[in-house]
Amino acid sequence: MSDTRVVVVGAGPAGMRACAALVAAGLTPILIDEAARSGGRIYQQPPQGAARPGRELYGFEAAKAARIHALEAQLAGRIDHRRETLVWNCFEDALDLLGPSGPSRQPFDALILATGATDLALPFPGWTLPGVYALGGAQIALKTQGCGIGRRVVFLGAGPLLPLVAWQYVQAGADVAAVLDATPFAAKLRGLPNMLFAPATLAKGAYYVARLLAAGVPMAWGVGGPRAEGDGRVERVHFVTAGGDARVVACDALGASFGLRSETQLADLAGCDFVFDRRTRQYVPARDVAGRTSRRFVYVAGDGAGIGGADAAELAGERAALALAEDLGLPVDVNRAAFLDGRLARLDRFRRGLETAYPFPAHLLRDIGDDTMLCRCEGIAVGALRAAARDKGAPELNRAKAFTRIGMGRCQGRMCGRAAAELLAAARGEDLARAGRLRGQPPVKPIPMIPELLS
Amino acid sequence: MSVGVFDVAIVGGGTAGCAAALALRKRGMSVVLLEKGQCGAMASGTNFGGVRRQGRDFREMPLATRARAIWDRLPELVGEDCEFRATGHLKLARDAAEMAELERYARDARDHGLELSVVGGNAVRALYPWLGEAVTGASLCPDDGQANPRLVGPAFARAARAAGAEIREFAPVTHARWTGAGFEIDAGGATLRARLLVNVAGFWGGEVAAWFGEPVPIRPLCPNMVVTEPVPYVIDRSIGVCGGNVYVRQVERGNVIFGGGRGWGDTARAISRPRADVARDAMARTLAILPWLRDARIIRTWTGFDGEMPDDIPVIGPSRTTPGLIHAFGFSGHGFQLGPAIGEIVAELVADGRSASPLAPFAIARFAGAPPAPAPR
Ligand SMILES: Cc1cc2nc3c(=O)[nH]c(=O)nc-3n(C[C@H](O)[C@H](O)[C@H](O)COP(=O)(O)OP(=O)(O)OC[C@H]3O[C@@H](n4cnc5c(N)ncnc54)[C@H](O)[C@@H]3O)c2cc1C
Repeated sequence: MSDTRVVVVGAGPAGMRACAALVAAGLTPILIDEAARSGGRIYQQPPQGAARPGRELYGFEAAKAARIHALEAQLAGRIDHRRETLVWNCFEDALDLLGPSGPSRQPFDALILATGATDLALPFPGWTLPGVYALGGAQIALKTQGCGIGRRVVFLGAGPLLPLVAWQYVQAGADVAAVLDATPFAAKLRGLPNMLFAPATLAKGAYYVARLLAAGVPMAWGVGGPRAEGDGRVERVHFVTAGGDARVVACDALGASFGLRSETQLADLAGCDFVFDRRTRQYVPARDVAGRTSRRFVYVAGDGAGIGGADAAELAGERAALALAEDLGLPVDVNRAAFLDGRLARLDRFRRGLETAYPFPAHLLRDIGDDTMLCRCEGIAVGALRAAARDKGAPELNRAKAFTRIGMGRCQGRMCGRAAAELLAAARGEDLARAGRLRGQPPVKPIPMIPELLS
Repeated sequence: MSVGVFDVAIVGGGTAGCAAALALRKRGMSVVLLEKGQCGAMASGTNFGGVRRQGRDFREMPLATRARAIWDRLPELVGEDCEFRATGHLKLARDAAEMAELERYARDARDHGLELSVVGGNAVRALYPWLGEAVTGASLCPDDGQANPRLVGPAFARAARAAGAEIREFAPVTHARWTGAGFEIDAGGATLRARLLVNVAGFWGGEVAAWFGEPVPIRPLCPNMVVTEPVPYVIDRSIGVCGGNVYVRQVERGNVIFGGGRGWGDTARAISRPRADVARDAMARTLAILPWLRDARIIRTWTGFDGEMPDDIPVIGPSRTTPGLIHAFGFSGHGFQLGPAIGEIVAELVADGRSASPLAPFAIARFAGAPPAPAPR
């Protein structure tokens, strides 16, 4: 079994737990990540030599972060950790890599994709102005670089990350000018029954909100019509309150995003089947409870398999590794697998509550004008997509992409694809699932035009 | 859904099929077009976008010249120009032998109505300062050009639909047969009837021909394509090289598209994938002629399916076995430019029984008794 080539992509909570379980099963996985150090996005570490206390970086999650980082040390020598290495393609039984020592092709017998998620961006007037960041970006600036996105910051969003990031900024000494939640306050209460399945997380959410209010940070729920304005960079944010009043806040930076979206291109390139996940309004790789995809010996775990959060990611990573070991015919602790299944089911209930508490802010898209930028890479506005959907009869995203160039730029639709699906479905008056998803095409991220760098 | 008998059923909604639907409607015939996916999404939507006559097999030249005239008329024909730009096509030589090849082709092309201007050495760099040192000569066909392939097939389909053609997408034809008085076509769960049948099914045209007892040695052709992020617009010609192992164009938006070599394709599932090693070789060849591109990044690679015939020219003309069946498929990697003319030619064959264009070299009879296609590479 030691010559079985098992590759794990992603060194976040899911990927690290997967590696630990694979090592315990007697395998020597190859772990590949773009970052130099483990932790993924949530537990992202500062560059070597710029250490700061974990409590300061990760708050409540410091202990979990420390455990994941410690795993990296424990697994040293027992896994083949390829750092700063981009997996830019998956074709048949091999991955194309680009790392510090050049290009390579990595064949695999089994593959766990723990590729995580990015912020869900939604367009609004001014969202491409300098000084506007994703919430995740705002958080990473703080975590890894020890700097904020501005001195006087507005946060806008629709997810549990919103109060957390805002509170982290307050603690870091930033002036948080306003926290604007696009979801209605009442939804928080509707989500309660299911959220009680993970009371600790619930308490944390309430804690951040309470601390923000106590610190005198202006907060508003159910906001609409956000608009960033400024001369060359963001200087103020306009919005409309739930009661319909127009407001404006001065600021020098805006952190805005509206939930998370799974990074699924590699699963797509691997040929996995996808299903529409109504709860998170996105297509995700079809999988069983253990993370097995439609393709034999390809597994998905963590937020890249569907949004579940960091705690679920740890469990799912381990669970996928157990499934992989079992599929290879290795002995597996069935009690442990059953335990993980139970915990994952419980967290799933909580997640349902969370999605109820932070429903997708559909009103933001409904209200935006045709001239709002949608695909920032290609400079295509919302109106072009609406016209393609209505006048040219594009029934799904790839067709709309062919007609308008939406999603054809540097990010290949990773940033605008979700919003484009929502807008397309709305323009056609059809169910979101029918809008489909943008087809994955290599490279997953841009690669240099240097032939020697390709295998 | 209309019942009864159509004058013509078209299998395949590529540029050829959609243009045929429009041309047939203009002749007043009732038309149903059956496309297994979406119109213009296979070879016609994934190709390089080269609209060139230079370098073509002279047997195709009358068709290409006819097509070229239609490209100028796209706005009146289909309501948009599909980003067609007559940028000219510049074919490059990289050594003395290639230069001799350019000169020979230019001389012979004159007999086919193609005026090329060949320049060598320093003149090349004076005219095209963005070309690299490796280039020793160039032949320009000034009124060749390029277009956005993603727009052309769908534009013809919309125009045909507006003209009264019935365009059925997501309607795969699983079988068709001659009843003695017309055709029965099984498509997307229904059986349709038509007096005449047009096979413009691209690579899968070989399969359709086989239903009527005339198999051809067609093979899949998946040119490997690469596109960079936008860079300042300088390459104001579409570019090819002797031997054809790389071709490059830049869209006004700034992206540089280049192709060369072949990707991978699974014809049964209609899944094609670009190959990294092939992309790398095309990259090296592109950089040899455009060294400054070295700072650009690659944002996407892809390929698609065309049908390739052993003699590199398509099958166009009436069936040998079945009255009322017209074939036009197997364009062997250069049928995008021809597409608009193929529509008119098919309409002539259907309505008049003959075409104004010389089609003898394209007869399916040339493969009578030929062994079936070898396994795909
Ligand atoms: C990557 C690439 C680059 C190319 N570059 C160029 C270029 O630069 N210049 C140039 O002139 N040419 C180029 N070509 C060639 C050109 O694209 C093709 O020759 C041309 O588009 C063929 O058109 P078509 O209508 O015959 O085929 P297609 O566009 O393939 O259309 C055939 C259609 O038939 C449908 N079909 C097949 N079977 C069935 C069935 N049973 N039922 C229903 N529908 C069916 C298919 O779904 C398809 O849509 C390139 C081709 C490729 C793949």
